[in-house]
Amino acid sequence: MKYLLLINAGAVDENGAAEGCDVTEWMAYDKEVREAGILVSGESLADLVAATRVRVGRDGERIVTDGPFAETREVLGGFYVIDVPDLDVAIDWAARCPGARGGGSVVVRPVADFGA
Amino acid sequence: MGDVASPAAGGSGGPREWKTAAALVEAVFREERGRLLAALVRRFGDLDLAEEVTSEAVEAALARWPVDGVPARPGAWLLTTARRRAVGRLRRDQAYAARLAVLQVEAERALPAPPADADGDLPDERLALFFTCAHPALAAEDRVALTLRCLAGLTTPEVARAFLVPTATMAQRIVRAKKKISQARVPFRVPGSDELPERLPGVLQVLYSIFTEGYAASSGPHAQRLDLAEEAIRLARVLRRLMPAGREVAGLLALMLLTHARRAARVGPTGEPVPLDEQDRGRWDHEMIAEGRDLVVRALTGGPPGPYGVQAAIAALHDEAPDAASTDWPQIVALYDVLLALAPSPVVAMNRAVAVAMRDTPEAGLALLDAMADEPKLRAHRPYHAARGDLLRRAGRPAEAAAAYRVALGLAGTDPERASLRRRLDEVVLFGPEYDRDG
Repeated sequence: MKYLLLINAGAVDENGAAEGCDVTEWMAYDKEVREAGILVSGESLADLVAATRVRVGRDGERIVTDGPFAETREVLGGFYVIDVPDLDVAIDWAARCPGARGGGSVVVRPVADFGA
Repeated sequence: MGDVASPAAGGSGGPREWKTAAALVEAVFREERGRLLAALVRRFGDLDLAEEVTSEAVEAALARWPVDGVPARPGAWLLTTARRRAVGRLRRDQAYAARLAVLQVEAERALPAPPADADGDLPDERLALFFTCAHPALAAEDRVALTLRCLAGLTTPEVARAFLVPTATMAQRIVRAKKKISQARVPFRVPGSDELPERLPGVLQVLYSIFTEGYAASSGPHAQRLDLAEEAIRLARVLRRLMPAGREVAGLLALMLLTHARRAARVGPTGEPVPLDEQDRGRWDHEMIAEGRDLVVRALTGGPPGPYGVQAAIAALHDEAPDAASTDWPQIVALYDVLLALAPSPVVAMNRAVAVAMRDTPEAGLALLDAMADEPKLRAHRPYHAARGDLLRRAGRPAEAAAAYRVALGLAGTDPERASLRRRLDEVVLFGPEYDRDG
């Protein structure tokens, strides 16, 4: 069963980078996830200042804006997709993630199974 | 395995003849539903499927038993019938079956073998079901609804009635919770001993909130409401049988029994709540108190105390005293100190202050209550203001007591609670020399 772990930073600096991020902790966690053989994919996202929002209006017009920045409280900083037997195991991996501490949070979303 | 003896269903062991088949099905079903459901979830890994075939088996029983007679082992008959229906459904729906097969393989990999049938009963997998229904990933209200439905065997309309919400609302809530269990794959298993300290309090909390809901509502104008307090006690007894070594399980059951033992005396003739110090203690259920006291001993021996065990010990001290004045207040204050260290909360601190007032003087209790006046959880807490009113009255300050009672009256509560407060307010207003009309 696949689960998406959405890693949200509780606080960001003026560039939209997660604050108080300990690189060695993250490297250790990433290594654990890989070595456990559960990793499907995972990425760390660039600072929010680099984000662009795209919408398409009813007439087909592209609306491209800088952002979403000012209105965002929790900032998505990265994600993992892991393949584990059940929600308890997924919650366990989420709890071990450094992103779950220090005001941040990890949202666990099961990946939809269309019976494929 | 389907042909094992039915368990001695508690309370329904009377002669079969003087019950109609339908009533017997209901009775057996209520006793067996949790077990059946748990055994089927365990076998098929899917709560929805298990619930459907459980209901189908009961329908089949309702149709067959009046004609064919009640089988010798009704519980086993229901399990066999339900299992056959489930297999039939899986044959018809191959995609569903394939998904369940994957679940089943994973479940078997993750789980130890099911416990052997004890004394010829149906296999009892209910402990895993308790933990699934009370899983922390579910909303708190959903945990309560699922536990009542899956383990207490209540129908959705019964659960809805118990919580005074429309049946459609409750049905939606249960569907949502089951969808989460299935789609997020909330596991069906008993947590390992390393996880238990984290997970067991969640299960106990569900049972205790069922109990307190029943307790809070039983004085209202809803006499026809199902007795949730008794459902909670029934579930706690089941849990205690499944976890005989769980000291907090014993503590919770003790707390419920020692509180429920006062049920006949805690409500006056017009439905108003009677405070503990005014209750007719002769009407307390002394058999229940004795059972509760035995359990308190178990809850408090063999390891550090837990919050339910300590609360039960406090309830036991109240229940043992012939009247309020001769209650062992120093011991109660000491137990509140232990409880505050285990589970700090403003409400516990408030109850401790009231006990201090009884042990020492009303002024001593008032000083403690006033020191926590800014606590956000107490500012709109009716019992806090009612307790302040009581202590002010006893301290001979009726005008202030009246003001506190008025604050309490302005806060939410049931009609009988309001009537009780109004009576106390009238007393201080009528007999208080310092009464100030603008008070």
